[in-house]
Amino acid sequence: MQIIKPDTQIDFVSMRRIALIFSLVLIIVGMGSLLVKGGPNYGIDFAGGTLVQVRFTAPTNAADIKKALEDLSVGSLVVQKFGEESNEFLIRMEKSSDELQGLSREVEGHLVKVYGADKVEVRRTEMVGPQVGKDLRNKGLKALFYAMLGILIYISWRFEFRFAIGAVVALLHDVLITLGAFSLFGKEIDLPIIAAFLAIIGYSLNDTIIVYDRIRENMGRYNKENFGFIVNHSINETLSRTILTSGTTLLVVLALFVLGGGVIHNFAFAMLVGVLIGTYSSIFVASPILIFWQERKAQK
Amino acid sequence: MSKSLKARGLLVFICLGLALFSVAPSLIYDSLPQWWQKAVDPIHRGLDLQGGMHLVLGVDVDKAVESRVDSLADQLEGQLREQDIVFKRVERRQGDRLVVVVYDEDASLALDKLAAESFANLEGETLPATGGYIEKHYRLSATEVENIGDYAVRQALETMRNRVDEFGVSEPTLQRQSGNRILIQLPGVKEPERAIALIGKTARLEFKMVVENVDIAAAQKGNVPPGTQLLYERNTNKQTGAVTETPIVVQSKTSLTGDLLADANVRIDTRFNEPYVSIDFNAVGAKRFDQLTAANVGKRMAIVLDDTVYSAPVIRERISGGSAQVSGAFTSQEATDLAIVLRAGSLPAPVKILENRTVGPSLGNDSIRQGIYSVVVGSLLVIGAMIVYYQLSGLVAVLALVLNIFFISALLALLGATLTLPGIAGIVLTIGMAVDANVLIFERIREELRLGKAPKIALDLGYGKAFLTIMDANLTTLLAALVLFQFGTGPVKGFAVTLSIGIVCSLFTAIFVSRVVFDFFLNRRQIRRLSI
Repeated sequence: MQIIKPDTQIDFVSMRRIALIFSLVLIIVGMGSLLVKGGPNYGIDFAGGTLVQVRFTAPTNAADIKKALEDLSVGSLVVQKFGEESNEFLIRMEKSSDELQGLSREVEGHLVKVYGADKVEVRRTEMVGPQVGKDLRNKGLKALFYAMLGILIYISWRFEFRFAIGAVVALLHDVLITLGAFSLFGKEIDLPIIAAFLAIIGYSLNDTIIVYDRIRENMGRYNKENFGFIVNHSINETLSRTILTSGTTLLVVLALFVLGGGVIHNFAFAMLVGVLIGTYSSIFVASPILIFWQERKAQK
Repeated sequence: MSKSLKARGLLVFICLGLALFSVAPSLIYDSLPQWWQKAVDPIHRGLDLQGGMHLVLGVDVDKAVESRVDSLADQLEGQLREQDIVFKRVERRQGDRLVVVVYDEDASLALDKLAAESFANLEGETLPATGGYIEKHYRLSATEVENIGDYAVRQALETMRNRVDEFGVSEPTLQRQSGNRILIQLPGVKEPERAIALIGKTARLEFKMVVENVDIAAAQKGNVPPGTQLLYERNTNKQTGAVTETPIVVQSKTSLTGDLLADANVRIDTRFNEPYVSIDFNAVGAKRFDQLTAANVGKRMAIVLDDTVYSAPVIRERISGGSAQVSGAFTSQEATDLAIVLRAGSLPAPVKILENRTVGPSLGNDSIRQGIYSVVVGSLLVIGAMIVYYQLSGLVAVLALVLNIFFISALLALLGATLTLPGIAGIVLTIGMAVDANVLIFERIREELRLGKAPKIALDLGYGKAFLTIMDANLTTLLAALVLFQFGTGPVKGFAVTLSIGIVCSLFTAIFVSRVVFDFFLNRRQIRRLSI
């Protein structure tokens, strides 16, 4: 079976200006949303706070739970439905307590009083103090930074410097858009999401390198042709692979998204957005950057 | 069959055998012989999968430094008295500052000499005299403060380990972390709140003499006579269970501490059928207790635990047996826990909870179920896609994929790595990416076939040309995974581990194993057309 005919020649390169506008729009919308909402929506891992996951035996709703916790003086409190389960909820509080008797205990006490002891099951509690949250955030950013740096060095060594720049710009592009998507959909950024970002980086890079590898090979083969043609030819040659691999990866990420359960739902969401954007960026961002670079050099 | 093919086939089978051997305990632990169970552990499940508690505690080392300064103040005061040096007072100020106030120059010089001789770790400075007094300020040197902090954390870790051992949790983890932090992981702990109370309780037991005829009301307003302090006595009403607190003024100076304990046990008071904790002092403690009670017959002695007075009985007679009891209307569990913490020793400084993640076992089970479910469904989808797209060659890729999952599990078990929920996500992701190597190879083979090459040559060229591409692509991803591992914490690390293992395994299965399978079939007969 074949999806892409062997002699396909789609003119991706001439679409690069439209792609540029498309990418910019995505980034601006995402960043705009971030700006309006006052920065990323950090989960308790990074912001600090307390999270309690509760399952009720009888159906209830967020408003009732909030009411049951009314006289708990914890500052802001958010009650959210957890995943698909109809009677499972996440209660998130900004406050964290470093006392041995944690806030989660108080929450449980209040809920038991209203709903009854055997009607409430606390399935998970998480408390992250503000200091730890800050540390985790710094570590996460550090991980992202060093990963990018390592990649820059590796690709400069294996290819050329401009390839490395193209790859890293594509990665930044992917991470920014995914971050924007998180902000737009009001999803929280937690530790596993940092892992997802790095997985996206890894994946998008994988994709980019395969196109680059073909460009490098074709630069030797068609050294008479202009650079734009070589890039376009290489993208087309690797297109069926790109589509197939993205397809299979999307299949598993989709399985994770739909079936993986609430705890990794956001992780799967990040991967879903990241794989789509990563595939797009290796064709429409990473490769055109090489051409932009070439054109600028030619003008000088 | 060529020699090289035989050798490669053998290698694949050896790996397969090893993998089977390592994975078996994770799948069918109970039906295996004992030597096998001992040889390889089942795959460790993270706290998010099996339920349990992850705690990061911060040791308040400032408090440890303060109490060290307190005890230095006591020693200094004692020595001043011994050497008949006249002083107005010795006190601790501003946390870690030891202040001695003397009347004249002579005393000041004598104090300097004493400090230089016996308290070399104190750095002193003399402040200009105010109102006819000379104030000498001392503080601990920076290295000394660091040592105290370091020692406090180490001792706290040791004490907590003892308490956890008594509490009875299988395979607990207690680790020291940077910044005076202690990481504790208790897999499958049943009563997390009780565990926290038990581990984190300072359990500083002190015996202090009660100061009678003090204006309690004034004391409550903050007007406490010098050398005394206001504490509250905890009373539990037996009928209603309500807890009330009564103010009580005691001497600041501790007459005796719980450090001199030899043992602590729960006993039942037969009169009220109420549990109490009976404590036995060691030889030194018994002697001190003997002296203390002898000197204070008829007075009240407060038994103070973490600044709460549990009881303040009147000393009726000298107690020389070296045992005492802490009562205070405990429930039997409270008494048991108190005995545990007293036996294990007090913490050198109070601790605070910096991070607490507790997952109940039911959620853990759900996560495993959903995780495995999504791995299976994801794999089936990929398998379907590969077979539809590449036909028989797709089947080879599927074989490589199945082996890949198998090898990943085996390596997880062999390396003793911990499988977490993000770890499962990592495996799912590897499945998606593992077929990529085969896709690359197959696409290359198709290209060569289109150029009219014979199947065998096309296969050779396809593998050869795709190899470097695959290496470049996977090594960069591996690079990202290793960075994740280095800088990651908790869930990020779990993800990095399976992703790294997954990349290595997928390189082996997608490039090496699949090639062996192709060679095996192409070797036997002359194939005209490759099903790809």
